[in-house]
Amino acid sequence: MSQFTLNLIVVGASFALYIGIAIWARAGTTSDFYTASRGVNPIVNGAATAADWMSAASFISMAGLIAFVGYGNSSFLMGWTGGYVLLALLLAPYLRKFGRFTVPEFIGDRFYSQGARIVAVICLLVISITYVIGQMTGAGVAFSRFLEVQNTTGLFIASAVVFIYAVLGGMKGITYTQLAQYCVLITAYTIPAVFISMQLTNNPLPPLGLFSTHAESGLPLLTKLDQVLVELGFHDYTGLHTTKLNMVLFTMSLMIGTAGLPHVIIRFFTVPKVADARKSAGWALIFIALLYLTAPAVGAMAKLNIITTIYPDGTAAEPIRYDERPDWMRSWEQTGLLAFEDKNNDGRIQYYNDRSEDFAAIAEARGWEGNEVVTFNQDILVLANPEIAQLPGWVLALIAAGGLAAALSTAAGLLLAISSAISHDLLKSVLMPKITDKQELLAARISMAFAIALATYLGMNPPGFAAQVVALAFGLAAATLFPALMMGIFSKKMNTAGAVAGMLVGLLSTVLYIFTYLGWFFIPGTNMLPNTPDNWLFGVSPLSFGTIGAILNFATAYIVMKLTADPPEHIQELVESIRVPRGAAGAVDH
Amino acid sequence: MSADKSPAAYWSANIRVITICLIIWALVSFGFAILLRPLLAMLPITIGGVDLGFWFAQQGSILTFIVLIFYYTWYMNRLDREFGVDEE
Repeated sequence: MSQFTLNLIVVGASFALYIGIAIWARAGTTSDFYTASRGVNPIVNGAATAADWMSAASFISMAGLIAFVGYGNSSFLMGWTGGYVLLALLLAPYLRKFGRFTVPEFIGDRFYSQGARIVAVICLLVISITYVIGQMTGAGVAFSRFLEVQNTTGLFIASAVVFIYAVLGGMKGITYTQLAQYCVLITAYTIPAVFISMQLTNNPLPPLGLFSTHAESGLPLLTKLDQVLVELGFHDYTGLHTTKLNMVLFTMSLMIGTAGLPHVIIRFFTVPKVADARKSAGWALIFIALLYLTAPAVGAMAKLNIITTIYPDGTAAEPIRYDERPDWMRSWEQTGLLAFEDKNNDGRIQYYNDRSEDFAAIAEARGWEGNEVVTFNQDILVLANPEIAQLPGWVLALIAAGGLAAALSTAAGLLLAISSAISHDLLKSVLMPKITDKQELLAARISMAFAIALATYLGMNPPGFAAQVVALAFGLAAATLFPALMMGIFSKKMNTAGAVAGMLVGLLSTVLYIFTYLGWFFIPGTNMLPNTPDNWLFGVSPLSFGTIGAILNFATAYIVMKLTADPPEHIQELVESIRVPRGAAGAVDH
Repeated sequence: MSADKSPAAYWSANIRVITICLIIWALVSFGFAILLRPLLAMLPITIGGVDLGFWFAQQGSILTFIVLIFYYTWYMNRLDREFGVDEE
């Protein structure tokens, strides 16, 4: 059976499963559609949250992201998990107690202002739409790579599948498909990881393998990796090669950004009780950690494996001949993700850091004329793993299904956040308050269909800045929604003027800072200052600015609050009531 | 635990445990993994050939986060019952 047929069967079977679930979990009311009627088991919700959270980028790119930078990119690991502590301690239980359908609804009610609600809707739409573009593009790429269809065709198939279960089932359909998608993606990720860990360290558990002995050399794996990298002129893997300030600020931005992402927060509206919301965040983190503890191991091991494949007799000896390279390199060269160029015409592949001035003399002495691995896409570390470990074809097919599961589950969660903000926060609350539950459900379905169409369109015509907008999404979530939600719960005296001023300052300062260095709306050439460390204000990278935006938000809100009137008595009572769990079940059918 | 069963006492007990958890949260990530890494490196402990700070950056902080959330959940369930604000 060809690899293509195998991919088709495995991916087809996973899609049939998702559609089957969709038919079983149809939504009958708006409560079903927005919150799965708050009947989701906290452990199931944990797995669904993990799938909702882990995107195509987590699945395909994270291991490479860490492997190519080493220690410095641990920010992603800590940032994308540490946010769940903030969610569990500061937001999820109280928002569940409040018992409504959307994030802007909480902000509107707590700050007793439609204006505040609309500002929150705007922030939500900017965050979620920028985020969904990356997911749709990711799904399209996964399709074209594994199923040999055109990017656009792949995108249409992906949209059609999401359409079926998201429009039909709303949150209820999404939750149970996300559970299935989690199982698919974690299995697909773990199997090749176990094999590469066995091969390199004889330890079947990748997170333990990362910190154990490299079987071939007898050295600790990370020591060996540091060693070969330095011998080839790269910086070592475990050392610090950024500023501590930016590492702290970037980690913090990812943490509070994670806690402020609406599509993650709304998952906690689906559990029956406040205690379940806390517990569910813990389970979500366990399910996420299964992948996030494996990813750095996969990254480091795959990197070491590739280097030792190129230099079979050690870095001091000659590298392999180009025509003796392993089969997996040949097959990935065809995809363009890996490319060699024999610059010194010696028939061998020299892989080293040709930008290192210290190493230039050594390279010259050895007759090397530049790094000959001219393209080394970081995604290969995950995608080529099954072939490197010489696993059977069905494992590669599983990776295809896993990558698609990761992209589709995140896209569906984002689409629900977008459509509920439109049908519930804009239509029902502002434009047409008189519509019945049935009409609102129809409106929610129609806005979901529109959101999918928009996401598909943007996926086909990505605005050329897809990678950077994700930083914008995190920065904005950190600088706008997170502080507003937190102050709404923890400060009884926070009022409309304070919250709105805070959100606007957070929004504008973050957008301005990012656009100053990355260009207005990311259009190349329109940046006002070059994006280099010596131009950054106090050395703060635009990617790390979310933390500063959040601080400005808190400070502005506090000052404005002190200068304006206290919130009315019933709002202060509302805050009192969301602080205690009792009575949350009563909010099930609000 | 005090005899005061008022909502205010419940809330301040909650704030206290949140503060403790967040101090640990910051200590393992921003502290051990980044700012205090050079200090930890002076300890005669290595994991897999690397100093402790690297382990905290790649695994230790994540594992601590999981423990923190479950500890908080357990603590709050107990507190909820004690103050009679649980959902049963």
